Amino acid sequence: MLIDTVFFYIFAAMTLLGGILTITRRNPVHSAISLIVSLLGVAGLYLLQKAEFLFAVQIILYVGGIMVLFLFVIMLVNLDAAAKEHEFSGQWPVALAAVAAVAAVAGWFLYHGRSAFHIAAPAYGVIAAGGAGNTERVADSLFQDYLLPFEIASILLLVAVVGSVIMAKKRI
Amino acid sequence: MHPITTVHYMALSAALLLIGTVGVLTRRNIVVVLMSIELILNAVNINLVAFSRAFGADHVHGQVFAIFVIADAVAETAVALGILIALFRNKETVQADEIDLLKW
Amino acid sequence: MNFLDLIWLIPLFPLFGALLMLLAGKRLDPQPASDVAVAPGVEPDGGALAHDHAHPNAPLKFLIGLICPGTILLSFLLSAGAVWQLSGLPHKVHQVIQFSWIAGLPFHLANGQMGTFQADWGFLLDPLSSVMILVVTGVGFLIHVYSVGYMAHDNGYYRFFGYLNLFVFFMLMLVLANNYLLLFVGWEGVGLCSYLLIGFYYHKKSAADAGKKAFIVNRIGDSGFILGMLLMMSVLGTLRFTGVATALHSGQFTAETAGFGVLSAMALLLFIGATGKSAQIPLYVWLPDAMEGPTPVSALIHAATMVTAGVYMVARSAPLFQLTPATSSIVAIIGAGTAIFAASIALVQNDIKRVLAYSTVSQLGYMFLALGVGAYWVAIFHLFTHAFFKALLFLCSGSVIHSLGGEQDMRCMGGLKNKIPITHWTMWVGAVAIAGIPGLAGFFSKDEILWQAYSSPLGSKTLWVVGLATAAMTAFYMWRLMYLTFYGKSRVKPEVEAHIHESPRSMTVPLTVLAIGSVLAGWLGTPKLWNLPQFFRAFENWLAPMFGAGEAVREAAHDASTEWGLMGLSVLIAIAGIALARYLYNTRPEIPGRIQASAGPVYKVLYNKWYIDELYDFLFVNGLGKGGGRVCGAFDRDVVDGGVNGAGWLTRFSASVSMWWDTWIVDGAVRLGSFFVKMLSYPVCILQTGRVQTYALFVVLGVLAIFGYYATR
Repeated sequence: MLIDTVFFYIFAAMTLLGGILTITRRNPVHSAISLIVSLLGVAGLYLLQKAEFLFAVQIILYVGGIMVLFLFVIMLVNLDAAAKEHEFSGQWPVALAAVAAVAAVAGWFLYHGRSAFHIAAPAYGVIAAGGAGNTERVADSLFQDYLLPFEIASILLLVAVVGSVIMAKKRI
Repeated sequence: MHPITTVHYMALSAALLLIGTVGVLTRRNIVVVLMSIELILNAVNINLVAFSRAFGADHVHGQVFAIFVIADAVAETAVALGILIALFRNKETVQADEIDLLKW
Repeated sequence: MNFLDLIWLIPLFPLFGALLMLLAGKRLDPQPASDVAVAPGVEPDGGALAHDHAHPNAPLKFLIGLICPGTILLSFLLSAGAVWQLSGLPHKVHQVIQFSWIAGLPFHLANGQMGTFQADWGFLLDPLSSVMILVVTGVGFLIHVYSVGYMAHDNGYYRFFGYLNLFVFFMLMLVLANNYLLLFVGWEGVGLCSYLLIGFYYHKKSAADAGKKAFIVNRIGDSGFILGMLLMMSVLGTLRFTGVATALHSGQFTAETAGFGVLSAMALLLFIGATGKSAQIPLYVWLPDAMEGPTPVSALIHAATMVTAGVYMVARSAPLFQLTPATSSIVAIIGAGTAIFAASIALVQNDIKRVLAYSTVSQLGYMFLALGVGAYWVAIFHLFTHAFFKALLFLCSGSVIHSLGGEQDMRCMGGLKNKIPITHWTMWVGAVAIAGIPGLAGFFSKDEILWQAYSSPLGSKTLWVVGLATAAMTAFYMWRLMYLTFYGKSRVKPEVEAHIHESPRSMTVPLTVLAIGSVLAGWLGTPKLWNLPQFFRAFENWLAPMFGAGEAVREAAHDASTEWGLMGLSVLIAIAGIALARYLYNTRPEIPGRIQASAGPVYKVLYNKWYIDELYDFLFVNGLGKGGGRVCGAFDRDVVDGGVNGAGWLTRFSASVSMWWDTWIVDGAVRLGSFFVKMLSYPVCILQTGRVQTYALFVVLGVLAIFGYYATR
């Protein structure tokens, strides 16, 4: 499927480029916008993997929620002073070297084990009888097999709400 | 062109993860560090979804896991930014280098 | 009554008198507030202090004048009785040993044997000591009586008599002792009393200094005496006179005719003690200064008794000196030298007492000359006669001084003949006696000495010439004194002239007695030449057997004509001296002034006593004394204090070392430990930066490590 390959590379390039831009832009707003681009690329990759629900969730939640939150906070925090400071910390050579080494090792692992992950490629476009789409399957799995983690996740979100409110209060 | 296999997605995930790691280790602006953490989480999600797809279209466990990861990322980001605001109120800075009180 | 066994009482009577004065004297004779005994002639406030006319309330004072001379009289009577009984004994020796004083400390004799150092408290009465006790108690009694009158108006009356009695006690101990150590006790005691009495007017600096000088110079002689005694103990093993004589005559020791041996050294050391006590060269310097004391002191101590102690001691040691001709020669030479030396100084002195003091030194020289040539009994005979006329002369001079109210300078005297007749006539007798005019005491003893000096094997013509010259000078200066004092125009100061008065009877009676003695005493020792009955040779017969029979041999060697010739020559010399004195000081009194002017340097040397005092000052007082003081001071400062300072420095130094050790070693070890901990902890500290990104880097490095492990597996 050539179009898959092409879109894969397009979305991959978007993701990676967005990521690189995120970490290298001096202005945090630029970093945030770059991150949005990266997240959109990730969403596209979800779509290619036929995870439509996740694609939607990614856009709505990640981009629409978190990144907006990020942008608000960036505005709250003083930007002008931040813009004049050094961008990278003192340990960037060491960090870069370490990460490069890890990348080399990981790349070597992937290259040597590239044949280990051959899983029978399923037929694309086969819609299962019963017409259950991805969302229904996800819902099924989420509310049946993974109900407990779902509830716990909701408590987690509650805790996060309370926590963030308290953290951001001037006087608790 | 050879077809896109899981390994491609793994490689992409690894690359994004490492980009995110570089951002966490290197950037002084805490907001950017948090954003790099998001990159890491997204890399993990890509890996999860790729493996979920590799086990068949019916196999959605990976995607459910990815949902939970997103939920977790949300919670974590909210709290982290709350901490950041509290920190900014006390220290007037968002540079990671300048927050080094917990040492000898 | 056996007086011989009671001879131990003889010294105790005067001791009792002295103790009584010590315990009760002040009550008998209360002193005025400022108890200053001031010498006559030195009256700080017009005599109010010296003369206690304002002291009627001393009713018991006469008791002092009764008791103290009384004790001496008792001693004299006891002595006379004992000597009378002694003369009846076949061997005229009587020893009374009371108890063992120092009892036998064992020690090594010179010849290796073991001896014991012992001395007893014993008394010996033999012809020699009998003469001495009679002289001491007899003349002493007369002088005590004189002092009752002389010191009547002085403060310290009881003190004077106490000291005087104490002196007689010690002198009697000296002459009655039966061993050298007890003699030395008396020796030291009389030295002490001499010091006390010379410095009697202790508020006067010159008197105090004179007392010190006497004692110190005496002490120098005493060191020789002690060494001689120790040598004697070591060589002979005994200090008792009888023991020494026995040891020396036992044949163990031969006469040291050739050279100088142990016995000569022993004799010389003893003689050094005698020079100190009897004022011979070189230790005579104290006696002229001793005239600072009251005149009775000069008469008793420095004419009749104490200074004769040296002569007595050498005579006592005759057995020793007879064996050592070398030392005897030294004795004779020093005696003759001192005689002429002192006579030369006496020629030009102006103080009446000084003339008499040098005269004493000169006459003592005669005595030692006699001892040195072996004529021991002659020396004692001269001691005997000299005691009479010298005491007489001193007491007369005291009477003159008393009558002139304290004047002692002969240049301010003159024409006193008719004003103080008794004093004049008694002094006239004494002056004739000392000049050596035949018939009086001095002639017999002095002439015998000159004859012995000429004729004895140990004597020589040189010694005789020196003696003769001294006799001439003696006559001259004695009669110069007489002419200046009594004859001619009166040069007395006007304010004194009004008060000239004869002395009281307590003073003139002793003078008369002594004058009679000066005339008669000599007749006990007439020369053999004159062939008088044995009574007139009693002295020689009494004493000579003690000293051996050698003299008879000697006398036979020279013939009679020589002796008559020498006798006549000495008489002529004496008369010549007197005539010259009369010419210079009576007939033509202006001549001495011209002689003095023309022979200036000679006069100056003689007048300044040949500058011996200055020489001693330079050598010993300044040299040894102050130099020694400086050396000792330097030693004390540098060595002793230096040691102390050094110890202090050492302490500080060790403290600083200790501090260094503590600071650098001990604390250093501690600090080293902490340094190590710090050094080891430093790398670990660096890791904790407090920055989260650093910790995240470590996580990544850990991942890398794990990956690396799996990659290389």
